[in-house]
Amino acid sequence: MSALLERLAEARKSGDVGRLAEAIPYARWMKIAPENGTGELLTRMRYHSDLIGNTFLPAIHGGTLGAMLEMTAIFHLLWETETDTVPKIVNITVDYLRSARPVDVVARATVTKQGRRMVNVFAEAWQDDRSKPVATANAHFLVKSSDDAPPSL
Amino acid sequence: MEKDERIALFQKWFADAIPHNKALGLKVIGASRGFASMQLDWREEFVGNPETGVLAGGPLTAMLDGCCGMSVATMLKNPEPFATLDLRIDYVRPAEPGKPVIAEAECYRVTRSVAFTRAFAHHGDPKDPIAAAAGTFMLGTKGRVTRAQSIGKEAIGAETKI
Repeated sequence: MSALLERLAEARKSGDVGRLAEAIPYARWMKIAPENGTGELLTRMRYHSDLIGNTFLPAIHGGTLGAMLEMTAIFHLLWETETDTVPKIVNITVDYLRSARPVDVVARATVTKQGRRMVNVFAEAWQDDRSKPVATANAHFLVKSSDDAPPSL
Repeated sequence: MEKDERIALFQKWFADAIPHNKALGLKVIGASRGFASMQLDWREEFVGNPETGVLAGGPLTAMLDGCCGMSVATMLKNPEPFATLDLRIDYVRPAEPGKPVIAEAECYRVTRSVAFTRAFAHHGDPKDPIAAAAGTFMLGTKGRVTRAQSIGKEAIGAETKI
Protein backbone atom coordinates (compact mmCIF):
# COMPACT_ATOMS: atom_id res chain seq x y z
CA MET A 1 0.00 0.00 0.00
CA SER A 2 1.39 3.35 -0.93
CA ALA A 3 2.21 6.06 1.60
CA LEU A 4 -0.49 8.21 0.03
CA LEU A 5 -3.15 5.53 0.50
CA GLU A 6 -1.99 5.01 4.09
CA ARG A 7 -2.33 8.75 4.58
CA LEU A 8 -5.78 8.56 3.03
CA ALA A 9 -6.82 5.93 5.57
CA GLU A 10 -5.49 8.13 8.41
CA ALA A 11 -7.23 11.20 7.00
CA ARG A 12 -10.53 9.31 6.78
CA LYS A 13 -10.20 8.21 10.39
CA SER A 14 -9.45 11.75 11.63
CA GLY A 15 -11.83 13.44 9.17
CA ASP A 16 -9.03 15.88 8.25
CA VAL A 17 -8.53 15.66 4.49
CA GLY A 18 -5.68 18.23 4.65
CA ARG A 19 -3.33 15.45 5.72
CA LEU A 20 -3.41 14.01 2.19
CA ALA A 21 -1.22 16.85 0.93
CA GLU A 22 1.50 16.06 3.45
CA ALA A 23 2.38 12.87 1.57
CA ILE A 24 3.03 14.71 -1.72
CA PRO A 25 6.26 16.74 -1.90
CA TYR A 26 5.03 18.86 -4.84
CA ALA A 27 1.77 19.74 -3.02
CA ARG A 28 3.74 20.84 0.05
CA TRP A 29 6.13 22.94 -2.04
CA MET A 30 3.26 24.61 -3.91
CA LYS A 31 1.16 25.06 -0.73
CA ILE A 32 -1.70 23.15 -2.36
CA ALA A 33 -3.94 21.27 0.07
CA PRO A 34 -7.50 19.96 0.20
CA GLU A 35 -9.91 21.22 2.87
CA ASN A 36 -13.38 20.12 3.92
CA GLY A 37 -14.20 22.60 6.68
CA THR A 38 -17.37 23.74 4.94
CA GLY A 39 -18.65 20.23 4.32
CA GLU A 40 -17.63 20.46 0.68
CA LEU A 41 -14.28 19.18 -0.57
CA LEU A 42 -12.27 22.13 -1.90
CA THR A 43 -8.58 22.46 -2.74
CA ARG A 44 -6.72 25.64 -1.92
CA MET A 45 -3.45 26.96 -3.33
CA ARG A 46 -2.19 29.46 -0.78
CA TYR A 47 -0.74 32.55 -2.38
CA HIS A 48 3.03 32.95 -2.16
CA SER A 49 5.28 35.09 -4.33
CA ASP A 50 6.83 32.10 -6.17
CA LEU A 51 3.47 31.58 -7.95
CA ILE A 52 3.73 34.81 -9.95
CA GLY A 53 3.98 34.51 -13.73
CA ASN A 54 3.50 38.15 -14.69
CA THR A 55 5.07 40.76 -12.44
CA PHE A 56 3.51 43.69 -14.32
CA LEU A 57 -0.18 42.90 -13.79
CA PRO A 58 0.65 41.09 -11.39
CA ALA A 59 -0.85 37.65 -12.10
CA ILE A 60 -0.36 34.06 -11.04
CA HIS A 61 1.47 31.79 -13.54
CA GLY A 62 -0.95 29.79 -15.72
CA GLY A 63 1.09 26.63 -15.23
CA THR A 64 0.45 26.75 -11.48
CA LEU A 65 -3.31 27.00 -12.09
CA GLY A 66 -3.14 23.89 -14.31
CA ALA A 67 -1.10 22.16 -11.63
CA MET A 68 -3.56 23.00 -8.84
CA LEU A 69 -6.57 21.94 -10.94
CA GLU A 70 -4.84 18.60 -11.51
CA MET A 71 -4.18 18.21 -7.76
CA THR A 72 -7.82 19.19 -7.07
CA ALA A 73 -9.00 16.35 -9.30
CA ILE A 74 -6.63 13.87 -7.64
CA PHE A 75 -7.68 14.85 -4.10
CA HIS A 76 -11.31 14.60 -5.16
CA LEU A 77 -10.86 11.11 -6.61
CA LEU A 78 -8.98 9.93 -3.52
CA TRP A 79 -11.48 11.36 -1.04
CA GLU A 80 -14.85 11.09 -2.76
CA THR A 81 -14.51 7.81 -4.64
CA GLU A 82 -13.77 4.34 -3.38
CA THR A 83 -10.29 3.78 -4.70
CA ASP A 84 -7.60 1.31 -3.84
CA THR A 85 -5.06 2.79 -6.24
CA VAL A 86 -3.66 6.27 -6.71
CA PRO A 87 -5.27 7.77 -9.85
CA LYS A 88 -2.89 8.19 -12.78
CA ILE A 89 -3.40 11.21 -14.98
CA VAL A 90 -3.68 10.54 -18.71
CA ASN A 91 -4.34 14.06 -19.94
CA ILE A 92 -5.67 17.44 -18.94
CA THR A 93 -7.01 20.43 -20.86
CA VAL A 94 -6.95 23.74 -19.03
CA ASP A 95 -8.98 26.77 -20.14
CA TYR A 96 -7.76 30.12 -18.87
CA LEU A 97 -10.69 32.46 -18.34
CA ARG A 98 -9.31 35.41 -16.37
CA SER A 99 -5.96 36.50 -15.04
CA ALA A 100 -5.49 35.31 -11.47
CA ARG A 101 -4.59 37.98 -8.95
CA PRO A 102 -1.96 37.46 -6.22
CA VAL A 103 -4.35 35.94 -3.66
CA ASP A 104 -5.37 32.34 -2.78
CA VAL A 105 -6.92 30.16 -5.48
CA VAL A 106 -9.69 27.71 -4.51
CA ALA A 107 -10.95 24.86 -6.68
CA ARG A 108 -13.60 22.17 -6.75
CA ALA A 109 -13.76 19.00 -8.85
CA THR A 110 -16.68 16.89 -10.02
CA VAL A 111 -16.68 13.50 -11.69
CA THR A 112 -18.31 13.79 -15.10
CA LYS A 113 -18.11 10.11 -15.87
CA GLN A 114 -16.89 7.24 -13.75
CA GLY A 115 -15.89 4.22 -15.77
CA ARG A 116 -14.39 0.99 -14.57
CA ARG A 117 -10.86 1.97 -15.54
CA MET A 118 -11.15 5.58 -16.71
CA VAL A 119 -12.61 8.61 -14.97
CA ASN A 120 -13.42 11.97 -16.56
CA VAL A 121 -13.15 14.85 -14.09
CA PHE A 122 -14.07 18.53 -14.41
CA ALA A 123 -12.44 21.07 -12.12
CA GLU A 124 -13.01 24.79 -11.66
CA ALA A 125 -10.81 27.36 -9.89
CA TRP A 126 -11.78 30.77 -8.56
CA GLN A 127 -10.52 33.46 -6.20
CA ASP A 128 -12.85 35.69 -4.18
CA ASP A 129 -15.92 35.27 -6.37
CA ARG A 130 -16.97 31.74 -7.16
CA SER A 131 -19.16 32.91 -10.04
CA LYS A 132 -16.05 34.25 -11.80
CA PRO A 133 -13.77 31.26 -12.36
CA VAL A 134 -10.15 32.01 -13.32
CA ALA A 135 -9.59 28.60 -14.94
CA THR A 136 -11.37 25.32 -15.62
CA ALA A 137 -10.03 21.92 -16.62
CA ASN A 138 -11.11 18.54 -17.92
CA ALA A 139 -8.91 15.58 -17.16
CA HIS A 140 -8.82 11.81 -17.62
CA PHE A 141 -7.44 9.49 -14.97
CA LEU A 142 -6.80 5.77 -14.96
CA VAL A 143 -8.08 4.42 -11.68
CA LYS A 144 -7.20 0.75 -12.06
CA SER A 145 -3.51 0.02 -11.89
CA SER A 146 -1.85 -1.82 -14.70
CA ASP A 147 1.77 -2.07 -15.74
CA ASP A 148 1.47 -0.08 -18.93
CA ALA A 149 -0.52 2.73 -17.34
CA PRO A 150 0.70 6.32 -17.73
CA PRO A 151 2.63 8.37 -15.21
CA SER A 152 2.31 10.85 -12.47
CA LEU A 153 1.34 10.45 -8.88
CA MET B 1 22.62 38.43 -32.41
CA GLU B 2 24.87 35.47 -31.52
CA LYS B 3 23.22 32.29 -30.26
CA ASP B 4 24.66 32.47 -26.72
CA GLU B 5 23.70 36.11 -26.38
CA ARG B 6 20.18 35.34 -27.62
CA ILE B 7 19.75 32.46 -25.18
CA ALA B 8 21.05 34.63 -22.33
CA LEU B 9 18.46 37.28 -23.18
CA PHE B 10 15.60 34.76 -23.23
CA GLN B 11 16.94 33.19 -20.02
CA LYS B 12 16.84 36.58 -18.37
CA TRP B 13 13.32 37.54 -19.43
CA PHE B 14 11.53 34.17 -19.74
CA ALA B 15 13.09 32.29 -16.84
CA ASP B 16 14.80 34.54 -14.30
CA ALA B 17 12.37 37.48 -14.46
CA ILE B 18 9.27 35.26 -14.10
CA PRO B 19 9.12 34.30 -10.43
CA HIS B 20 7.52 30.87 -10.89
CA ASN B 21 9.88 29.90 -13.72
CA LYS B 22 12.76 31.01 -11.54
CA ALA B 23 11.41 28.96 -8.62
CA LEU B 24 11.36 25.92 -10.92
CA GLY B 25 14.93 26.70 -11.96
CA LEU B 26 14.01 26.64 -15.68
CA LYS B 27 16.92 26.98 -18.08
CA VAL B 28 16.46 28.27 -21.61
CA ILE B 29 18.52 26.03 -23.90
CA GLY B 30 17.20 27.00 -27.32
CA ALA B 31 15.61 30.03 -28.96
CA SER B 32 15.02 30.71 -32.63
CA ARG B 33 12.18 31.94 -34.78
CA GLY B 34 9.06 29.97 -33.81
CA PHE B 35 11.02 27.69 -31.50
CA ALA B 36 11.78 27.55 -27.76
CA SER B 37 13.50 24.94 -25.63
CA MET B 38 13.85 24.73 -21.86
CA GLN B 39 15.28 22.34 -19.30
CA LEU B 40 13.87 21.44 -15.89
CA ASP B 41 16.22 19.70 -13.46
CA TRP B 42 14.76 17.03 -11.17
CA ARG B 43 14.24 18.17 -7.59
CA GLU B 44 12.72 16.44 -4.59
CA GLU B 45 10.06 19.19 -4.27
CA PHE B 46 8.69 18.37 -7.73
CA VAL B 47 7.86 14.77 -6.88
CA GLY B 48 4.25 13.61 -7.02
CA ASN B 49 4.82 10.06 -5.85
CA PRO B 50 7.40 9.88 -3.04
CA GLU B 51 7.75 6.12 -3.38
CA THR B 52 8.82 6.17 -7.01
CA GLY B 53 10.32 9.67 -7.19
CA VAL B 54 8.24 10.33 -10.32
CA LEU B 55 7.55 14.01 -11.00
CA ALA B 56 4.07 15.42 -10.41
CA GLY B 57 2.30 16.71 -13.50
CA GLY B 58 2.47 20.30 -12.21
CA PRO B 59 6.13 21.15 -12.90
CA LEU B 60 5.74 19.79 -16.44
CA THR B 61 2.54 21.79 -16.96
CA ALA B 62 4.23 25.01 -15.82
CA MET B 63 7.31 24.33 -17.95
CA LEU B 64 5.29 23.51 -21.07
CA ASP B 65 3.13 26.62 -20.58
CA GLY B 66 6.26 28.75 -20.23
CA CYS B 67 8.01 27.13 -23.18
CA CYS B 68 4.98 27.46 -25.49
CA GLY B 69 4.66 31.11 -24.40
CA MET B 70 8.29 31.76 -25.22
CA SER B 71 7.85 30.25 -28.68
CA VAL B 72 5.05 32.78 -29.27
CA ALA B 73 7.33 35.67 -28.29
CA THR B 74 9.87 34.59 -30.94
CA MET B 75 7.18 35.12 -33.60
CA LEU B 76 5.79 38.53 -32.70
CA LYS B 77 6.51 41.16 -35.36
CA ASN B 78 5.21 43.84 -33.05
CA PRO B 79 5.55 43.21 -29.33
CA GLU B 80 2.17 42.92 -27.63
CA PRO B 81 0.88 41.39 -24.41
CA PHE B 82 -0.43 37.81 -24.73
CA ALA B 83 -1.92 35.23 -22.41
CA THR B 84 -2.53 31.48 -22.44
CA LEU B 85 -6.04 30.68 -23.70
CA ASP B 86 -5.88 26.93 -23.25
CA LEU B 87 -3.32 24.23 -22.75
CA ARG B 88 -3.75 20.51 -23.29
CA ILE B 89 -1.21 18.04 -21.97
CA ASP B 90 -1.01 14.32 -22.70
CA TYR B 91 1.10 12.45 -20.18
CA VAL B 92 2.58 9.77 -22.40
CA ARG B 93 4.85 8.02 -19.93
CA PRO B 94 6.33 8.70 -16.48
CA ALA B 95 9.34 11.00 -16.19
CA GLU B 96 12.33 9.07 -14.88
CA PRO B 97 13.39 10.06 -11.34
CA GLY B 98 16.54 12.14 -11.14
CA LYS B 99 16.70 12.95 -14.85
CA PRO B 100 16.34 16.46 -16.28
CA VAL B 101 13.35 17.07 -18.54
CA ILE B 102 13.69 18.97 -21.81
CA ALA B 103 10.75 20.79 -23.41
CA GLU B 104 10.69 21.83 -27.05
CA ALA B 105 7.91 24.11 -28.22
CA GLU B 106 6.98 25.29 -31.68
CA CYS B 107 4.74 28.22 -32.52
CA TYR B 108 3.47 27.13 -35.93
CA ARG B 109 0.83 29.74 -36.69
CA VAL B 110 0.13 33.29 -35.64
CA THR B 111 -3.07 35.10 -36.60
CA ARG B 112 -4.20 38.60 -35.63
CA SER B 113 -5.71 37.39 -32.35
CA VAL B 114 -4.42 33.89 -31.64
CA ALA B 115 -1.07 32.06 -31.68
CA PHE B 116 -1.00 28.25 -31.97
CA THR B 117 1.74 26.16 -30.39
CA ARG B 118 2.66 22.54 -29.76
CA ALA B 119 5.35 21.06 -27.56
CA PHE B 120 6.96 17.84 -26.40
CA ALA B 121 8.78 17.04 -23.18
CA HIS B 122 11.44 14.30 -23.16
CA HIS B 123 14.66 13.13 -21.49
CA GLY B 124 16.89 13.86 -24.47
CA ASP B 125 15.29 11.78 -27.21
CA PRO B 126 12.42 13.71 -28.81
CA LYS B 127 11.12 10.44 -30.28
CA ASP B 128 10.53 9.05 -26.79
CA PRO B 129 8.34 11.76 -25.24
CA ILE B 130 7.17 12.04 -21.63
CA ALA B 131 4.44 14.53 -22.45
CA ALA B 132 2.90 16.23 -25.45
CA ALA B 133 1.22 19.62 -25.29
CA ALA B 134 -0.90 21.91 -27.44
CA GLY B 135 -1.39 25.49 -26.33
CA THR B 136 -3.18 28.48 -27.80
CA PHE B 137 -2.45 32.05 -26.82
CA MET B 138 -4.61 35.15 -27.06
CA LEU B 139 -2.68 38.08 -28.50
CA GLY B 140 -3.19 41.74 -27.65
CA THR B 141 -4.53 41.12 -24.16
CA LYS B 142 -4.81 43.95 -21.67
CA GLY B 143 -1.79 45.34 -19.87
CA ARG B 144 1.37 46.82 -21.17
CA VAL B 145 4.01 45.06 -23.21
CA THR B 146 6.50 43.39 -20.92
CA ARG B 147 10.20 43.19 -21.62
CA ALA B 148 9.76 39.45 -22.21
CA GLN B 149 7.26 40.04 -24.99
CA SER B 150 9.45 42.57 -26.70
CA ILE B 151 12.67 40.58 -26.82
CA GLY B 152 11.48 38.21 -29.55
CA LYS B 153 11.93 40.81 -32.23
CA GLU B 154 15.02 42.27 -30.61
CA ALA B 155 16.83 38.94 -30.18
CA ILE B 156 15.66 37.16 -33.30
CA GLY B 157 14.51 39.90 -35.63
CA ALA B 158 11.42 39.81 -37.79
CA GLU B 159 13.42 38.75 -40.85
CA THR B 160 15.72 36.16 -39.35
CA LYS B 161 15.94 32.95 -41.32
CA ILE B 162 16.45 29.75 -39.37
